[in-house]
Amino acid sequence: MIEFDHVSVTFDGADQPALRDVTLEIDEGELALVIGRTGSGKSTLLGALTGRVPHFTGGTLAGHVRINGRDTREHRPRDLADLIGVVGQDPLAGFVTDTVEEELAYGMEQLGLSSATMRKRVEETLDVLGIADLRSAALTELSGGEQQRVAIGAVLTTHPKVIVLDEPTSALDPTGAEDVLATITRLAHDLAVTVVVAEHRIERVLQYADTVVHIGTNGVVTQGDPAEVMLTAEVAPPVIELGRWAGWSPLPLSVRDARRRARSWRQLPPGQPATGQHSAGEAAAPAGHPHEGEALLEARGIVVRHDGVVAVADVDLTLRSGEVTALMGRNGAGKSSLLWAIQGTGALTKGTVRMTNSIAGQAIDVRSLDAAQRRRHVGLVPQSAADLLYLDTVGAECDQADRESGRDPGTCRSLLDDLAPGIPDDRHPRDLSEGQRLALVLAVQLTADPPVLLLDEPTRGLDYSGKAALRRALHGLTARGRSVVVSTHDVEFVAETADRVVVMASGEVVADGPTRDVVVSSPAFAPQVSKITAPQPWLTVDDVRYAVPEPS
Amino acid sequence: MTALLPRAVHPAAWWGWAIGLAVAVSGVTNPVLLLTALGVAALVVTSRRGSSPWAKSFRLYLWLGLFIVVVRALLHVLVGLKSGDTVLLPLPEVTLPSWAAGINLLGDVRLEGLLGAIVDGLRLAVMIACVGAANALANPKRLLRSLPGALSEVGSAVVVTITVAPQLAESVQRVMRARALRGDTSRGIRALPRIALPVLEDTLDRSLLLAAAMDSRGYGRRRVVSPTQRLLTGACTLGGLVASAVGIYGVLDDTTPAWMGVPALAVGIALSLTGIWLGGHANARSTHRPDPWLWPEWLTVASGVLAAVAVHFVARGDAASLGMPLSPLAAPALPLLAVAGFLVAALPAFLTPTPPAAPTRGQGRLLAPVGHVDRAEGPLTVSHRGKKSERVQS
Repeated sequence: MIEFDHVSVTFDGADQPALRDVTLEIDEGELALVIGRTGSGKSTLLGALTGRVPHFTGGTLAGHVRINGRDTREHRPRDLADLIGVVGQDPLAGFVTDTVEEELAYGMEQLGLSSATMRKRVEETLDVLGIADLRSAALTELSGGEQQRVAIGAVLTTHPKVIVLDEPTSALDPTGAEDVLATITRLAHDLAVTVVVAEHRIERVLQYADTVVHIGTNGVVTQGDPAEVMLTAEVAPPVIELGRWAGWSPLPLSVRDARRRARSWRQLPPGQPATGQHSAGEAAAPAGHPHEGEALLEARGIVVRHDGVVAVADVDLTLRSGEVTALMGRNGAGKSSLLWAIQGTGALTKGTVRMTNSIAGQAIDVRSLDAAQRRRHVGLVPQSAADLLYLDTVGAECDQADRESGRDPGTCRSLLDDLAPGIPDDRHPRDLSEGQRLALVLAVQLTADPPVLLLDEPTRGLDYSGKAALRRALHGLTARGRSVVVSTHDVEFVAETADRVVVMASGEVVADGPTRDVVVSSPAFAPQVSKITAPQPWLTVDDVRYAVPEPS
Repeated sequence: MTALLPRAVHPAAWWGWAIGLAVAVSGVTNPVLLLTALGVAALVVTSRRGSSPWAKSFRLYLWLGLFIVVVRALLHVLVGLKSGDTVLLPLPEVTLPSWAAGINLLGDVRLEGLLGAIVDGLRLAVMIACVGAANALANPKRLLRSLPGALSEVGSAVVVTITVAPQLAESVQRVMRARALRGDTSRGIRALPRIALPVLEDTLDRSLLLAAAMDSRGYGRRRVVSPTQRLLTGACTLGGLVASAVGIYGVLDDTTPAWMGVPALAVGIALSLTGIWLGGHANARSTHRPDPWLWPEWLTVASGVLAAVAVHFVARGDAASLGMPLSPLAAPALPLLAVAGFLVAALPAFLTPTPPAAPTRGQGRLLAPVGHVDRAEGPLTVSHRGKKSERVQS
């Protein structure tokens, strides 16, 4: 069905090819999982498959890509529209119309199908995806998971033979992602569509994958059986890491498989929880007892309303020194509104935010400060971090940050070198990788040296090593007595990083406590290791390494 | 009676109605008639507008109309020719130097002149209200969808542009907020690059994503067309353009022979339409649930046209009754035929199908098992209704 024949892709101005001599074959009805580190060329591979590379992006493609016998050399993406359905990362960015039903019909309209066929297929697709009640809803009013399912439905209606999904769950909360992944597996199982999916939550799809395409550094691509490829893959979810460490063979691909293999661990005497949620910098923050730090910020009775909708409903929050707090909850649960209200820039309908910093001697009302003063007390890295950057080189951004924070020249630059070494001064911020850009924004905000730092969804777009770098940076901050709040959907990141978890729903705090107590009991928020080894109190692979004397 | 089941009336019908009404209004300065027309437009809008966001835009047009009337009156006070006998507000007159002779600033404000200006402004305001009514009643996106095949791609491009505009406003807001995080709240020209750059980048990124998505979904696909047909299409379009140009020239210039006028123009238009129709063949596009054109649509257009025709007849017979008698000042007349014409234009408010009910999302959610509560949560902008249904469930 899909055939790559010695394909190399080189973009204009690049000295290295993005993909190097790729030869692979995906059969009809197979589910192929494309994995690789951020920036390794996953999107390029999928682009070459859909014809967007090079027809849309430019660049040079050597070799042949054939889909069902059609060569992308002679066929533009629009000529493949009846054969391939493409679903992107951000569903909203790809919507052409504004209601669900029209969006489902759009692709069929372009192909010129008859009215009767279109009516029938729209109804069928609404049922297949379980979104019939959303038929005439406006696309912008749907939740992220619903939007992504509509996007999948919109390509399904043309009955394509291949569906290509590029990180379809990266913008979704855990439950929304769950729905979308269930839909994807259903496509492969029930509809006999060939599915090619690039996905960062590898563990959720891995067990259903027939073949794994691994993109290594320098664009070298290998294809093979999931269990074999994962043994050496550069990206590995905790379940795979655990399997590799324990030397299980064949490698268990799902939490369920791993749980069966880990039977003996569950019988171990329930010892003390392993001490290390951190591997570095926990000296200042006694792990397991997160409530002992000095209170830095006290928010009382926070209420935020947006046009009559209550986004945050009477929330109290105390942030303590040396503590990483994870803020979790669905999309729209009020996490962002709460962070912006605490920082002081966002709307606040009622409530007070006070810095109770002993250095200042007395409590300061954060909301009464002006913007420049505020950021010296509470820093915020927003969800779309790139909004903070507007100059054309990294060096200029750093100088500007030093000036606006009144610090010595070079402060921001040295912070940046600590976070992500080796970014040249003359690089344009847009040319940075996702992780590097986050590091730059983090450095800009840290230049003001606020005691409290808030991060809104920083892990989006980061791969496992990017997250590890962020974790080290955050623990470095807490070791110096700062307080950090991270709003995120990433349960594994929370398990390894946070001391305390606050769960929000409908604008209210529904759970607040040490990470272990909150996440283990929750079906949606439990990390993989916890699912595998319950009732043991382990959250991370490191916990297991520490507690289990003999792997197997 | 399927024609009368709740559905959206064809947008082109609403535009036909609104244009008829606007044409009727254009020749009228009689305030009684103008207010009748305004009332008719408002009545039809309130009884037949749908649930879409732009359905609420009629109010904006009314404010715009009010603004126009006020500006017209102020301009009259400032530079207008003050006529009449009744002085309302004695003001000194400023005489400008010789290079601006003929323009007098200020001067005594007189009732007749001011009334004339206000009535004149009111006429423009009511015409704008007619356009506003069409905009509130007809979904512009659906109107573009019913373009002929050859133009449908232009239509899609316009639809996308309409969609991007609110996103741009949202980007600006987001970047302004983000700027405050860097302690930068300066406004004005100095802040412009700091807002414009991220917003432009954001917009470009989104546009590229959308273009790629549309491409992959088959936007711009062409059917294979025989060379003869392609030639014929080209010939028709080009010939139509030339004939139209000649025709327009002939119509405007009295000295040209008669055949160069209306006949040439008619041939030109016919050829152009044929070209568009033939060109549509290369486009494989079809339309999902096209808006039907049934008798309510005919009735809507006819009622608008009738209003224009009625005013036209009154203008030929008793043109003075359509105006506001200013010298001497008197109560405006009441030409019954014109009033009847405008009242006919109100018929669509009663005789067309009612618009479909607002989408009822959330109905199914109430029945969903408790385990699926999660996915009901919308983004922050979720409507009040959405929130409520969720509360009920949990």
